Amino acid sequence: MTINELQDQVIDDFSAFDEWFDKYAMLIELGNQLPPITEAQRCEQNLIQGCQSRVWLDAHVDEVSGHVIFEGDSDAVIVKGILSLLIQVLSDHAPAEIAEADLYFIERIGLKEHLSPTRSNGLLAMVKQMKLYGLVFSQKP
Amino acid sequence: MMDIKSNIAAIRADFPILDTEVYKHPLVYLDNAATTQKPACVIRRIEEGYSRHNANVHRWVHFLSQVATEAHEAARQTVASFLNAASSSEIIFTRGTTEAVNLVAFSFGEKFVSAGNEIIVSEMEHHSNIVPWQLLCQRKGARLRVIPFDDRGDLDLSVYESLINEKTKLVAVAQVSNTLGTVNPVSEMIRTAHAHGVPVLIDGAQAVQHIKVDVRALDADFYVFSGHKIYGPAGVGVLYGKEKWLEQMPPYQGGGEMIARVSFEKTTFNELPYKFEAGTPDFIGSTALAEAIRYVENIGIENIHAYESGLLAYATQQLSQIEGLRIFGQSANKESVVSMQVDRIHPYDMGTLLDKLGIALRTGHHCAEPVMAHYGIDSTLRASFALYNTFEEVDALVAGIRKVKTLFE
Repeated sequence: MTINELQDQVIDDFSAFDEWFDKYAMLIELGNQLPPITEAQRCEQNLIQGCQSRVWLDAHVDEVSGHVIFEGDSDAVIVKGILSLLIQVLSDHAPAEIAEADLYFIERIGLKEHLSPTRSNGLLAMVKQMKLYGLVFSQKP
Repeated sequence: MMDIKSNIAAIRADFPILDTEVYKHPLVYLDNAATTQKPACVIRRIEEGYSRHNANVHRWVHFLSQVATEAHEAARQTVASFLNAASSSEIIFTRGTTEAVNLVAFSFGEKFVSAGNEIIVSEMEHHSNIVPWQLLCQRKGARLRVIPFDDRGDLDLSVYESLINEKTKLVAVAQVSNTLGTVNPVSEMIRTAHAHGVPVLIDGAQAVQHIKVDVRALDADFYVFSGHKIYGPAGVGVLYGKEKWLEQMPPYQGGGEMIARVSFEKTTFNELPYKFEAGTPDFIGSTALAEAIRYVENIGIENIHAYESGLLAYATQQLSQIEGLRIFGQSANKESVVSMQVDRIHPYDMGTLLDKLGIALRTGHHCAEPVMAHYGIDSTLRASFALYNTFEEVDALVAGIRKVKTLFE
């Protein structure tokens, strides 16, 4: 599926929730289900420091497909849930596709507040970092 | 004596913002250590200032300037009386606590601190009472010494005494910790420092809104606080300094108001307090701060203290019954602040979800990272109370935390 098809699927999944409580219960579940990263991946180089919470993001290019694979973690479960959604949408795509992606799903599912710079939770920086990885990998020969 | 509890509805009606709805829930504002809400009289004073009394101060020739100047200077007198300063010339208006600390760190430091000297702060200071001293130490080749606190949140006074020596130039300590709520024994600490001839700066940012402060009874050399934490406007704060220190200190910033005469050969500086007030001051903010102080004094700081102590005791007791809730800061002398963690739920998660219930709290390290480091944690959830909070709001907080907990079980 394309990035936009995946975004639409997430929007569809979340449209079932009227109540914030259910939406966040889902996010927490997603956060808890995100596969753990290794101790080596949990390094300073992968750390995106927010004032409120911390995010680790690791990226590598799959040699067979040439796609970027994202893995990550956060100490806050809600942030981890959103990270899980971002991975679901962006991971395993061609670098150029990631670099050019227009991420509209976060706003559409009502989680835009978590990407506000004033939240200082590392998420906004992480989204930029994911796209930057796409850009960098797309320019490698 | 005014009983706040039986007058709480009337008091709450003084604060227009308190009837705000947040996500269809009534606002429960428990972030008062960050900033307090403003009573209508303060908001009105700001509006009147700009609509009726606006002219630059100390320029005197015209009518409005005289009105504005008199209001600004009357505000200085109100602050002086509030702190029981010997004279209003010992009251310097600043932008807030942070600027006041920086002013002393710069000016006192310029005059009195040199290589090899020492400044003492405590482990529970917020960054505003650490970093200005670190910068001073870097400039002068001086050394920062730190009074530790124990796990309950009380300073170790025997270590404090052992830190003071002939190299010590100043002690800077909070009267009330913004994270732990501890009320430090500043009177005793000042006596100890003075016995060695060392002056003391007290950071009153979290104190003046809760407890009666008398700078002369304390014998504090410097006392600083922010207007916005005592129901006044943001952007105005106070530095109290004993005249004998302020007279000897060089100016902090240069510009209008702080000079007597200027030529390119030589500039002479104005007298106190103007020597430290470069540029046009926030003369509307100062009068609104005075209005806030009058509001507090009308209710009575002792009454506020008694009521908030009741709220804190009730909150501590109710919150302690929540399984897995840990409170950081258990001093026997505490003010209006509860820092906590619940199970292993990250404070960001807890704060985000409580917000959905209309409950406003602070999460994070509270600009006091050394306090977090002491307990080996990154952040806490902090509830902090003001005179308009109710026992029902404490119940809402407790119920909210219990509800959020179910999401994680």
